[in-house]
Amino acid sequence: MYRYIVKRILFLIPTILGVAFIIYFVLNLTPGNPGRSILGANASQEAVDQLNEELGYNDPLLVKYVNYMKKLVLEGDFGTSYFTKQPVMNEVLPRFWVTLQLSIIGIIISTLVGVPLGMLTAVKQYSAWDYIPSILAFLLAAIPSFVLGMVLLLVFSLKLNLLPSYGLDTWDAYIMPSLCMAIPITAFNVRFTKSSMLESIRADYIDTARAKGATERTVIWKHALKNALLPVITNIGLNMGGLIMGAVVSERLFSVPGIGALIVDRINYKDEPVIIAGTIVISITFTIIMLIVDIIYAYVDPRIKAKYTRIKG
Amino acid sequence: MSNTVTTAVPAAQEPMKFKKPSQVKEIWRRFRKNKGSMVGLILLAFIVLVLIFADFIVPYEDGIVQNLALKNQAPSAEHWFGLDSYGRDLFSRVIHGGRTSLGVAVLATISSCIVGSALGAIAGYFGGKVDMIIMRGLDIFMSVPDILFTMAVVVAMGTTFANLIFALTLAYFTNYVRLVRSQILSLSEVEYVEAARAGGSGSARIIISHILPNAMGVIIINTTLNVAKIILYESTLGFLGLGMPPPAPEWGLIISEAREFMRTAPHILLFPALAIVLTACSVNLVGDGLRDAMDPHLKS
Repeated sequence: MYRYIVKRILFLIPTILGVAFIIYFVLNLTPGNPGRSILGANASQEAVDQLNEELGYNDPLLVKYVNYMKKLVLEGDFGTSYFTKQPVMNEVLPRFWVTLQLSIIGIIISTLVGVPLGMLTAVKQYSAWDYIPSILAFLLAAIPSFVLGMVLLLVFSLKLNLLPSYGLDTWDAYIMPSLCMAIPITAFNVRFTKSSMLESIRADYIDTARAKGATERTVIWKHALKNALLPVITNIGLNMGGLIMGAVVSERLFSVPGIGALIVDRINYKDEPVIIAGTIVISITFTIIMLIVDIIYAYVDPRIKAKYTRIKG
Repeated sequence: MSNTVTTAVPAAQEPMKFKKPSQVKEIWRRFRKNKGSMVGLILLAFIVLVLIFADFIVPYEDGIVQNLALKNQAPSAEHWFGLDSYGRDLFSRVIHGGRTSLGVAVLATISSCIVGSALGAIAGYFGGKVDMIIMRGLDIFMSVPDILFTMAVVVAMGTTFANLIFALTLAYFTNYVRLVRSQILSLSEVEYVEAARAGGSGSARIIISHILPNAMGVIIINTTLNVAKIILYESTLGFLGLGMPPPAPEWGLIISEAREFMRTAPHILLFPALAIVLTACSVNLVGDGLRDAMDPHLKS
């Protein structure tokens, strides 16, 4: 098991190198340059050229990339923002913390609500317990998160005046942004858990369990649930992509100073250091969460655990 | 433009081309029994027809020409969906915007399916080093959240119809690589592939004429379900200001323009939102029905 974890953590290194390169490559397709964005349209061409030279913007792609990685690896330095002239991490880390909080709330809500509801719909199939959550989940899965966020904003801030419409200054300001992120994923979890559970309920080992005289409760909780949860756990890891997208949208909609909004804003300024650092931080988190999910998976599934224990021994 | 939209219907019915007629009939018979999916199919057909014949229903210019005197006017007999904040006819904007939104979504689905399936087929069939390079590359690629990647590409290359399709393809082809690869891994052990190999068929021929047709069922089901996701994704890009440049209408863009006025003129939010939800729901209904009809062991 340890060997597996170490191997996965080591894979972070090529991941970071690759991510940085992909982003460098894409940003170099962009028309415009940081000098012009910083100084504005009225600045003289000489001043813009000089600034670009100072920032190292004119170096060839590979030289820039190698310089950047050298600094990052040897000094742990992510560079300074083209736009604010601040060390990048001073901007990225506080923003990342905000997004991380919202994402964790989002994961907790969508898992604690979505998975049990999905199980309920499968166990009580063809009853009101199935139809109502299933139809709701079906509709919510088809509503884009920005529409959902706007409806929340309209109802709770503009009409009822119950919740603040922007920022994260008070605890109740967290409610709408995290709901906006969590609801689409909750709907998805309900649908996914339901189909996984239904498949598990129909498996042969369930018939066997019933045949040997196990009570219905034992059959569902001990035999069906355990097997149905495996794909559901993997799925929670895969939800992360959707969560980041939800973060970008809800940070924009509710003026939350998170990392998603930071990256979107800076793309327009071509602020490469901030965009790259932000993306690397998100990617590392992404990979670590996937790793945690895999480890949980291995502990839940005795087959995988046995496989790795054997390798170790 | 109208060609791009027409593809929406065949995409849902594609299996009929390469399955034996009896099997197609069988799938259709099972599909028809599912009431929800039939409702979805009829709704989808209606939406696609409206989008194809949009020019005959309401002129494109109605959604472009501004009439500030009448801005934010509520729905009336003359303007079915009302007017937006620039006094443009919302009915025209929603319908013509749908051509862009649905057109981009359908084409992006098709292109991500082709690119992803090809890579997955290569990785799965050749195995070894080729497989390792493709799959490790994919791992790195997938550790960048796709929304960040899509945004960077759209900003870098400019917001045109083709670039939007390219960006969405980058976000979605990864699903197909994994899917097709796993299909190929299980199918290349099957007897008829062995037989074809023994008969001297080349790798390309075996993949194209023996393996892919048999993996098609799974690919089609996934593709249909992906269309709805891509519709939502595309509208999100529009909402973030990364879709087609204004004043060209697009569902996500119309909704982001509605934001400022949603308290006084909620109809600007309501109609494009309804359009997105109805389209996504009907595509999902068809996809669910298709899955149940093509893969009967999943259903009791």
